[in-house]
Amino acid sequence: MPRVGLFATCLMNLFRPTVGFAAARLLEDAGCTVEVPMAQSCCGQPGYNSGDFDAARALAKQVITAFEGFDYVVGPSGSCMATLRHDYPKLFEGDPAWRPRAEALAARSHELLSFLTDVCGVSKVAAAYTGTVTYHDSCSGLRGLGVKAQPRLLLGSVEGLQLTEMQDAEVCCGFGGTFCVKYPEISGRMVDDKLANVAATGADTLLGGDLGCLMNMAGRLRRQGSTLKVFHTAEVLAGMATGGGIGEGER
Amino acid sequence: MPESRSTILQQIRAALGRGPLSDAAAAALDARRPTHTRIAFDEDPVGRFVTRFESRSGTVARVSSFDAIPAAVDAYREAHGLPPHAAVARPLAGLPWPAGFTHHPGPSGVDEQMSVTPCLAGIAEIGSLILASGPDSPTTLNFVPDHHLIVLPAGRIVRHFEDAWALLRALPGGLPRATNIISGPSRTGDVELTIQLGAHGPRSVHVLLVADGSAAAA
Amino acid sequence: MDVSSPRFKEKAVIALANPTLRQALGQSRKGFVNKRAELVAALPEFEALRDQARDVKNHVLENLDHYLERFDSAVTAAGGHVHWARDAEEARNIILGICERVQARTITKGKSMVSEEVNLNAALEERGYTVVETDLGEYIIQLAKEPPSHIIAPAIHKTKEQVSDLFEAAHGGPRKTTVADLVTEARLVLRDKYFKADVGITGGNYLVAETGSSIIVTNEGNGDLTQTLAKVHIVTSGIERIVPTLEDVSLFLRILARSATGQETETYTTLSTGPRRPGDVDGPEEFHVVLVDNGRSKMLGGKFQDMLRCIRCGACMNHCPVYGAVGGHAYGWVYPGPMGSVLTPLFVGLDATYDLPNACTLNGRCQSVCPVRIPLPELLRELRHQQHQRGISPPVQRRALGVWRFVAERPGLYQFANRLAARALKSLGGREGRLRHLPFAGGWTALRDLPAPEGKTFLELWQARKT
Repeated sequence: MPRVGLFATCLMNLFRPTVGFAAARLLEDAGCTVEVPMAQSCCGQPGYNSGDFDAARALAKQVITAFEGFDYVVGPSGSCMATLRHDYPKLFEGDPAWRPRAEALAARSHELLSFLTDVCGVSKVAAAYTGTVTYHDSCSGLRGLGVKAQPRLLLGSVEGLQLTEMQDAEVCCGFGGTFCVKYPEISGRMVDDKLANVAATGADTLLGGDLGCLMNMAGRLRRQGSTLKVFHTAEVLAGMATGGGIGEGER
Repeated sequence: MPESRSTILQQIRAALGRGPLSDAAAAALDARRPTHTRIAFDEDPVGRFVTRFESRSGTVARVSSFDAIPAAVDAYREAHGLPPHAAVARPLAGLPWPAGFTHHPGPSGVDEQMSVTPCLAGIAEIGSLILASGPDSPTTLNFVPDHHLIVLPAGRIVRHFEDAWALLRALPGGLPRATNIISGPSRTGDVELTIQLGAHGPRSVHVLLVADGSAAAA
Repeated sequence: MDVSSPRFKEKAVIALANPTLRQALGQSRKGFVNKRAELVAALPEFEALRDQARDVKNHVLENLDHYLERFDSAVTAAGGHVHWARDAEEARNIILGICERVQARTITKGKSMVSEEVNLNAALEERGYTVVETDLGEYIIQLAKEPPSHIIAPAIHKTKEQVSDLFEAAHGGPRKTTVADLVTEARLVLRDKYFKADVGITGGNYLVAETGSSIIVTNEGNGDLTQTLAKVHIVTSGIERIVPTLEDVSLFLRILARSATGQETETYTTLSTGPRRPGDVDGPEEFHVVLVDNGRSKMLGGKFQDMLRCIRCGACMNHCPVYGAVGGHAYGWVYPGPMGSVLTPLFVGLDATYDLPNACTLNGRCQSVCPVRIPLPELLRELRHQQHQRGISPPVQRRALGVWRFVAERPGLYQFANRLAARALKSLGGREGRLRHLPFAGGWTALRDLPAPEGKTFLELWQARKT
């Protein structure tokens, strides 16, 4: 049985633990042993994307060390996992000690859904969800890791779920990490464009694979007074999208 | 300025971390003839040329021989209500033009309404024409008149750009002053991306496609 | 051209509030994006062509000195002249010198981003020359006295009504209201200018080292009329626009129009090789190429060399959601969008351009469509890195990063802080499960609620489950 270290992304850990448990359930159902090292914090992407490469390196070393013993490192986020896969090796370019370790980690690191389908060979889940959903392709997962068909494949096996594609599903929702607080007006326009496409589908539920994007879209929906449900894809696939959606309160 | 030339070259070499290339290295670069991917197609080149050219609002009339060109020009002229006058490139001047039709070899003035020119080749890949400037093909004829009629023997349709470059390189004077690859009427999308023909160049580009096997007048 | 990049935020907010601009951007962007997507889907060779285009550009950059020298010799052999300009001022002076020598009065111009980059029009007008932009989009913004907002569709931000206003003011009535009538009016006005012009200035999409040809690619034919009818043709081009051979030209012609406007080909591709020849009845008497460095050679061999592959197609901005929201003018200089956000800081300095690399979500759509595979997000991140190292990023951000790093490097402390935050935010969120306001998070809560945490962190719940 492959031993998987679950990467507890910052937003999941703080805002949406259900997503972590959903990920663990999906991994266990796929035959993996799931462990969660306690010596983890953040992948370092906020530092990296803000140009503080030293800070990013310091945190990368922490992640590399914490997850070195696992067969795989899996996280419910295209964004964080793209950092592990693509950015870590770059951060240690020319470092004979850390570069090989970063590359070894990168090779074993996967976004949750692509890991389930591409590595574990999962093609269906035993879950039900009554509703019409639309799926937003988060940018890092999509362009960094090629996550596009995998969530659709798995969602297709959810009983009662109907997937309806939105226009411009591949266009950024305006989150962009610190971008959304540094340039709120631009971010606001982008999220409104995105939500107009969501609304045009008539779906009652919006899904995605990255909590940053989901919180951005859910936060904007709530502010607009919309009751559209927002879940992480893993919650639906694990049959755990039973309580309130993101930003919906008491569950 | 000569010192600017050497300064820029020096800066480039410094950035690349080397001095001037050795003669051998330079010769190797000069001998480089890359083979890039060409766009594959299995249609007949003439058919592809016509389809592609017409997709951009170009028009094509098939004529049986060079001698049939004047009649085709006349028909076009009448259909568009143009006077019996045109700038006709020299190689086509000897065709049996009808009485009352006057022509001159160019250049084209601002009031010119129609021109008739030869071309070097058609390119099937994208359905474009390639014209080589010279005394026999003044460039103004390609851009100033509202109506540009181009004589293209079907046998001069090549498959890819690369085939057209071979024809260019084989010209007696090497590359002409102006090589015009023309793919249809002039167009613009600069106002609200609405496509409008006849922005500055010809509003209409009409190809007279001369059937294979006809004697080349040019 | 003045650099207004320091006012990016302010100009972006103004742009966002402009419904006309929004309408113009919305219409046009869709057109480019959808048409490109259709063509790319129909061309199985496209990805291979992109790889080859990237490789040819890299090959040229590695041997740039050689190919520039070859180009120089070939232009000279064809009877033309090559001028080398280290910077914008030298480029302007070379062109002013030619105009003065031939006693020019009217100068027509085809579209040239390099001429914008070196601020040529202002210099020419200052000396009393009549300068006429002939690309319809450039003509429109010249009348509006605005800089281009897009590198291939400079007036993309203007609606038909605004163009009607500009034309009515410039040409007199009667007012034209259809696109067809507006285009015809411009055609008639500009035809006159081509024939009057003493000097015609164009850009150069490609400079062919093998033949000494400069190439322009247009849809309107204005560049051809500009360079054919003027007595003197001057090409302005960056030193990186060299391609070795005609075979390489084919490669770039196969990707340029598809990437830029979503066309299989633009209407006109013209190779200019030297001036009028014996027996020619038309064509310019003089042919000059001004090779402009202006900071390009400094980009070679460094972290930003990849940017020198840029073929100025505009695909990155057509696909950029930030550009799509704010338009081109907010970027504050010649080159907007993702490619401009890399080039502007490099050309005009990091200090005046803080926002450009930062006003980007790193979503990567630009890179995914770039025909020469420039890793634009990576280059933007590298610029952020240089801003950080040079202390240009805002102090508040630096302090926040410092605190974040201190805590995140200590997982125990980090998790403790998270547990506190989970409880505090949940309690602030109340029954609604979301926060409408939050101190220090105004950027978020100005537009969005903050979904409240569930009350306990994942790590503590996981630990509890296991024990």
